[in-house]
Amino acid sequence: MPGLSLVTVGASLAPADPAQLLPAREQMAFTLGFHIILVPFGVAFTFLMLIANARGIRRNDETALLLARRWSQVAAVLFAVGAVSGTVLSFELGLLWPRLMGTYGAAFGIPFAIEGLFFFLEAIFVAIYVFGWQRMRPWPHFWTGVPVVLSGIGGTLSVVAANAWMNQPGGFTMRDGKIVEVRPLEVIFNGAFGFEAIHMLLAAYMVAGFVVAGVYAAGMLRGRRDRYHRLGLAIPLTVAALVTPLQIFVGDIAAREVYRNEPAKFAAIEAVPTTGTHVPEVLGGYYANGKVHGGIKIPSGASLLSGYSPSTRIQGLDAIPAEVRPPDRLVTIVHLSFDVMVGIGTALLGLSAWYALAWWRRRDLPRSRWFLRATTISGVLAVVALEAGWVVTEVGRQPWTVTGHLLTRDAVTTSGNLWLFFAATVALYVAVGATTVYVLRLLRRRWRDQGGATETDVPYGPARGPEATPAAGQA
Amino acid sequence: MSTFAAVVLFIGVTAYAVLGGADYGAGFWDLTAGGARRGRDPRHLIDQTLAPVWEANHVWLIFCLVMLWTGFPSAFAAIMTTLYIPLGLAALGIVVRGSGFAFRKVVVKTDQQRATGAAFATSSVITPFFFGTIAGGIASGRVPADGHGDPVTSWVNPTSLLGGVLAVGVCAFVAAVFLTAEARTRADAHLEGWFRRRAQASAVATGAVALAGIAVLHADAGRLFDGLTGRGLPLVLISAASGLASIALLHRAEPRLLQALAVGAAGTVVVGWGVAQYPYLLGTHLRLDEAAAPDATLASLTLVAAAALLLVVPSMALLFVLHQRGRLDTA
Repeated sequence: MPGLSLVTVGASLAPADPAQLLPAREQMAFTLGFHIILVPFGVAFTFLMLIANARGIRRNDETALLLARRWSQVAAVLFAVGAVSGTVLSFELGLLWPRLMGTYGAAFGIPFAIEGLFFFLEAIFVAIYVFGWQRMRPWPHFWTGVPVVLSGIGGTLSVVAANAWMNQPGGFTMRDGKIVEVRPLEVIFNGAFGFEAIHMLLAAYMVAGFVVAGVYAAGMLRGRRDRYHRLGLAIPLTVAALVTPLQIFVGDIAAREVYRNEPAKFAAIEAVPTTGTHVPEVLGGYYANGKVHGGIKIPSGASLLSGYSPSTRIQGLDAIPAEVRPPDRLVTIVHLSFDVMVGIGTALLGLSAWYALAWWRRRDLPRSRWFLRATTISGVLAVVALEAGWVVTEVGRQPWTVTGHLLTRDAVTTSGNLWLFFAATVALYVAVGATTVYVLRLLRRRWRDQGGATETDVPYGPARGPEATPAAGQA
Repeated sequence: MSTFAAVVLFIGVTAYAVLGGADYGAGFWDLTAGGARRGRDPRHLIDQTLAPVWEANHVWLIFCLVMLWTGFPSAFAAIMTTLYIPLGLAALGIVVRGSGFAFRKVVVKTDQQRATGAAFATSSVITPFFFGTIAGGIASGRVPADGHGDPVTSWVNPTSLLGGVLAVGVCAFVAAVFLTAEARTRADAHLEGWFRRRAQASAVATGAVALAGIAVLHADAGRLFDGLTGRGLPLVLISAASGLASIALLHRAEPRLLQALAVGAAGTVVVGWGVAQYPYLLGTHLRLDEAAAPDATLASLTLVAAAALLLVVPSMALLFVLHQRGRLDTA
């Protein structure tokens, strides 16, 4: 493993894991797993909204404008939940991983500082855009949405830069366990930055595209085949279908980068027990006692994919020093998550091709009900693939938090009963998650009852007079 | 270099205390506005005033966290390993507050609005209280430089409790003045009176707490007391004068002037804390320059701060101006 310092390894051999390690990892995984579902809606859903908005203004298309406006209301709710669940993550970096932040904050923090800037801009312009429908003129209003999309992209790149730095740390010099020199550009543009950032960004666009398309496909399956639903399906699905092949290309590059620069993670992804050539690609199966059990083996597949030749040598798990070798259980998790991600990606590529073919031939959606069924579940699948991808990169780095420098068990806090904090967090997030779903369904029912455009929903209409108080009281 | 980074950090703390604080304070008045019918109008105004701005104001908190952990990482770790109880509770409070507010805007049935609104309002009171206790723990030197201070007494102590109560009071006061000004802009005499009475009451209550606080600090946090009565005294006096002036002028002054005075009253207290503490970050045991990250990191933070000045400040001004001119439809 490059950069592996024997000193750090030796120092960490000492006692058993702190009691806080398991709850801290569970909590981080849970809250990050929750937050990441919201990310595509802040980052990419807003782009879909702007497409509908521009189309609506340019072609005087009331339906497109109605979609854009309703999407912005959904985005507002999800952005709020995402903003607060993202804040929790900031707290958790300190509350759960004080030794990561205390020692490496001077380097690791820099991308977050840049992200803070983008988050500011995003929050400001989301508000202007969401609340600007009634009283701003169409094009100026549209342009207030553009910084939302741009800062969403910038924010994603910054946060992923921080994560990529944990995978391939660089740009700092340590002396006596303290960072004494930082090279900010090397921190930000670390080895894993490029492919990870683009991979995540495209993933966000895929998730938003397939999820939103799925919502309208479900409506069409129930017989609502009006133009509103067709457009609501076509805009996001077109974006997702354009992004998916690109994503598969980028994912392929990413895998080869991981092969080259993060060999331990690659060994777990492919579940390679021993270093060698002609390594088979195993689909499925599980890893136990130095062997892969079950699964379908494609001879020399992994070697071919990583170096275009069956004689490509792949480092196995046996090459990792025993004290920092991931346990079998984690190898299986990483390996299966990778298979799930790639499998779903391939299926979504198929759906994209189906859609593209129909559009190319007839300028219309495919007629089959199976197409609508597939689109309906594509959103759920895309979310699963997103989560699986994060499992690959995060679990695949274990036992390290900062590869080669800081073990997760040395990063974790040593004070407090974290199970209590974790339990409270799960209870709260379940309530918030359930209410979010409830509120979105409420909006859907309200809009369905309104049918198409109603007066209050027509954007850029004349300013309304005094109206009923929407937010009346409570106790 | 480290002083400059500390100034940037403290600008963030002050901005969050004032702007974020006003949003929390609005939640205080929401909570105490009475039953569904009686509290309907004030809650409506609170809703309309907060909706477009609270998220942008909230980002100041993220800004502070990031500046602290990047610019002064060891101090960040020390604070987090000591004050983890109030910090954890504040984090959960933030989730309840933000999502409760966002949900209340969508639901229409009274009982659902009651539940989401109560979640928003209750957590709007609890969260600043915890932030106040955290500030008190830091200011009274209860966070050791290596962290892992006492998890209970670091925030359950006279200075922290004073900080918590004062935070809730100041938030409520600033919010009441803002909402009085907002009601006047909308020419709503009834609501103007409603919030004006509350601004006056909260000013009196907060002033009394602050006066009592002098004795508390004298007994419990000598160094902070010395700083506030020495180097920080002008700021403390400005704060008191702004607070009194805003109450005296509450009937007549321009809304804009009222808001400025409330901001002045709250902001100078926070700045005063910073001035009193300089050049230490934690108690008298960790100086800013000892806790600071290497220069290149601080230079990066300076660049980010400059970019914020160029991009974020005008954008935020645009948001506030559009909001004040009624260009944002919050219904």
